[in-house]
Amino acid sequence: MPEKYHIKTQPVPPKGPRIGKYGMVDWREDCARCHNCVKKACVYDRYRQEADYIRNLSDVNALFFDCMGCFSCVQDCTKGLLCMSINPEYQKMGNSYWAPDIIKTTWLQAETAKIPVSGAGYRGPFAGNGFDAMWTDMSEIVRPTRDGIHGREYISTSVDIGRKLPYLSVNGSKADVKASPLVSIPMPLIIDMTSPAHTLPQLNSIIAQTAVNTDIIAIIDSRQWLGDSRQLDNIAFYIADGQEIPKDALKKTRLVEIPDGPKVMERIKEIKKIYPRIVVAIRVELTSAGVERAIKLAESKEVEVIHIVADANGNEIGASKPRFIKEVTRQIHTTLIEKGCRDEITLMAGGGIALPEHMAKEIICGADLITINLPLLISLECHLCSSCKPGMVCPAKLEKIDFNYGVGRMTNLIAAWHDQLIEMMGAMGMREVRRLRGDVGRAMFFENLEEETFGKLFGSRKN
Amino acid sequence: MASFSVPEKIKDILPENTLKTLVPQEEVARVIKPAPSRYRNEIAKFIVHRNLNCKLCGRCAEVCRYGVHVLKPGYKYFAEPKNHLCIGPACEKNNGNFCVAKCPQKALQLKENPLYKALGDYRWPGDLILATWKMAETGDVPPAEYGLEYECGNSGGGFDRLRFKFPDKLAVKLSEDQIDTSILLNKRKDGRPEIRIDVPWYGGGMSFGSVSNVTQLSKARAAKAWNTFTCTGEGGYMERMRPYDDHVITQVATGLFGVREETIQRVPIVEFKYAQGAKPGLGGHLLGDKNTPAVSKMREAVVGISLFSPFPFHSVYSIEDHQKHLDWIKHINRRALISTKVSTPTDVDMVAVGSYSAGTHIVHIDGGYGGTGAAPDIAKKNIAMPIEYAIGRVHKFLADEGVRDKVTLIASGGIRTAYDIAKAIALGADGVVIGTAELVALGCVRCSRCESGRGCPRGIATTDPELAAKMNIEWGTQRIINLYNAWRKVLVGILQRFGMKSITELRGRTDLLMHLDYTNDRGVKK
Repeated sequence: MPEKYHIKTQPVPPKGPRIGKYGMVDWREDCARCHNCVKKACVYDRYRQEADYIRNLSDVNALFFDCMGCFSCVQDCTKGLLCMSINPEYQKMGNSYWAPDIIKTTWLQAETAKIPVSGAGYRGPFAGNGFDAMWTDMSEIVRPTRDGIHGREYISTSVDIGRKLPYLSVNGSKADVKASPLVSIPMPLIIDMTSPAHTLPQLNSIIAQTAVNTDIIAIIDSRQWLGDSRQLDNIAFYIADGQEIPKDALKKTRLVEIPDGPKVMERIKEIKKIYPRIVVAIRVELTSAGVERAIKLAESKEVEVIHIVADANGNEIGASKPRFIKEVTRQIHTTLIEKGCRDEITLMAGGGIALPEHMAKEIICGADLITINLPLLISLECHLCSSCKPGMVCPAKLEKIDFNYGVGRMTNLIAAWHDQLIEMMGAMGMREVRRLRGDVGRAMFFENLEEETFGKLFGSRKN
Repeated sequence: MASFSVPEKIKDILPENTLKTLVPQEEVARVIKPAPSRYRNEIAKFIVHRNLNCKLCGRCAEVCRYGVHVLKPGYKYFAEPKNHLCIGPACEKNNGNFCVAKCPQKALQLKENPLYKALGDYRWPGDLILATWKMAETGDVPPAEYGLEYECGNSGGGFDRLRFKFPDKLAVKLSEDQIDTSILLNKRKDGRPEIRIDVPWYGGGMSFGSVSNVTQLSKARAAKAWNTFTCTGEGGYMERMRPYDDHVITQVATGLFGVREETIQRVPIVEFKYAQGAKPGLGGHLLGDKNTPAVSKMREAVVGISLFSPFPFHSVYSIEDHQKHLDWIKHINRRALISTKVSTPTDVDMVAVGSYSAGTHIVHIDGGYGGTGAAPDIAKKNIAMPIEYAIGRVHKFLADEGVRDKVTLIASGGIRTAYDIAKAIALGADGVVIGTAELVALGCVRCSRCESGRGCPRGIATTDPELAAKMNIEWGTQRIINLYNAWRKVLVGILQRFGMKSITELRGRTDLLMHLDYTNDRGVKK
């Protein structure tokens, strides 16, 4: 049996106090000093911990500590003086897409590398937009596994990046076709460049080392490469238009990315001339013309990989009625199937991938693999407060992060995502993530289920 | 040849006598009694604040009908207002008895409790939790003046957007006594007992390990009182549950923890758990902290290690394999009914029909939005379809295959209220299984900490003896009995408004439903 893909992890505690969801807002006068709340009611001993922390106060966030929201202290207080509320600091985090719950779970995974587990069932809305409007399928009795009997240890999450042969031609005992180069990575995830708004002094070196530790690939702007040649196997340079190609370094990499543009084919030829065995990905911004462009590029025999990139919330960029990346990916995927060229190219998709289930769902919608950047930034305790400007104070002190802390947190997050992908594939009875691509039969979509169930009974859905 | 007589005790456990438990069965009266909160301070929706202007004239206590203001005899000052009794701004219209308006010193203020906003979630909003507590306390629905929403949650879809279309005029006027809420669990007419339960629901599987023995026993005793069932879950069969054997379903799940022939022979219903809605396709997982010496002894495992029930049953890869499982149990307990619990994949309808053909009496479909124990967050919401979609699909397919009236269809996974039960039945289920609602009745606030460390800080889903001691069995039993009573009243009310004598008449009556997000004009002539 080949060696299993395994990411080595270890707990990396947060630098500051966690931003809890709940907080005490009112400790009214007239306390009887009975210590019921401290000694009896709180099974987590939070009051004592908080008191210790406040004595050594170093951060205002210490006031919002790690209350679990069980209400026991409130309900057991001898005089009924305690009151609890949702922590406003918690509510302030993120935005409507990158909700506080997403940030909190990302922090937890970055700290522990574990799959988040909780009790009491699902707490959220029935369905939502984007990835919240689909459910993945699972196997039951009549087809317990699609791929045969297996345990989780047999599930493969590796993918191949590059141009694949449509068919094999054999002349005698030899293959009659020349295969294009392929890059294999052990999970369907690539670290994308962070936006200029989030540029930090050490970020690229942390990201590159994370890619090495997890054996995946990080896309790094060639202008920002710090020159550590030991990391090159796990780096894909992004070479902007007009930017000089780093010839020597390029030969030690396996994948390179270039922006789409009028001279993109010439650029591919230029790179291939230097290093024919490198795989070239074209970055296509998902503007309103993005879908059309991606499809056109895919039809070209010269193109190996297309990397579609939506905005941070997964929407088309600058479109009047932007579609979500899941819909866009499905359209590109199905169009390429109709044109008979889907299997020949690799489709990477990025933007709006916030949780590990988004990875599985996006692949089901047709991407071969996904790219992320914001979740890794959040893993460093970023609050997504959008204050990343010179002169503004970063609540997570990202400009001062320690290298090992950063690498550890990002590695943990990727390991937790990998484990969760395996959980979902196990439920689906899938043994290979390659076979999950575009397999919408392994998913259920809100609009379809609504129509099949309620549409038939109640007429048309009102919007 | 010498004759051999079987000793009495051995005879009792022979397969043909398996339903006859060896332990005397304890009676639990179906009596509704107040069972107030076990906490000193109840969570309230509104707060009445008394400021220093108060001259202790006692006018507030005089006008308040609800007993919010208490000046105990011999005391100089008022006690903390009993805010949970206050009906809030609705009181302003209450015949001039609004304490805030009547206070001559203007010393009282009414405001929304910030605590209330921290309580609950989309599926179980604060109102629904408070209403369920009230029902568990009183055995009746909360008085209308409290304005607590007890019919549905706030999830924005599924049951929460379905409503009944009640007729303006009653076709028949039925009294409460004329209405039957019982359902039959064995429709196969295969010679096995035709078990009937008095209410169209029973308690879901919660293992000893995931919940305390007090919780399990409270559920079992309430099931006894209401002539329905509770389920052991996978972790084994506590000896202390034996006085309620006749109202217990024991579970055979993939880990086979605590499964013994002897336990299977005790009960009237055995449930095969293939999957569960809270973590479809992932199997079960008891974290190491909850694997205490008592739990490990029952599960025959090592203390402190995490216990996994794998997915799927590695002995079942077809309906034929499934049938072998059923035959095995049917042979061991020749009087038992078999329930097959599955999750809700795309082809749940085919699973249901296959399960029927394998010989099951009850097809139990468990949607993804329920669950009481620990589950990976990724499994919640993301895997398998919500129960609202699955019920109609299974009901129709069973009907199309001509077997609908030969099998009992039970739905679970997000059934929170009596209205959810009625809607599930109208969509096509015969009855439902409940879980979280029972725990809420026992004081659960849905903090989701069931799985970690010592377990539930409220003493419900824990195996820690100190935490479990926060609740006693009598109180727990009464809370669940009361909740059941309130729910039954609601169901009876719904049936009365439709002029139906039996809950079975409601099954599959989608024509009585409407959806708030749809035009509701299907079949309407324009």
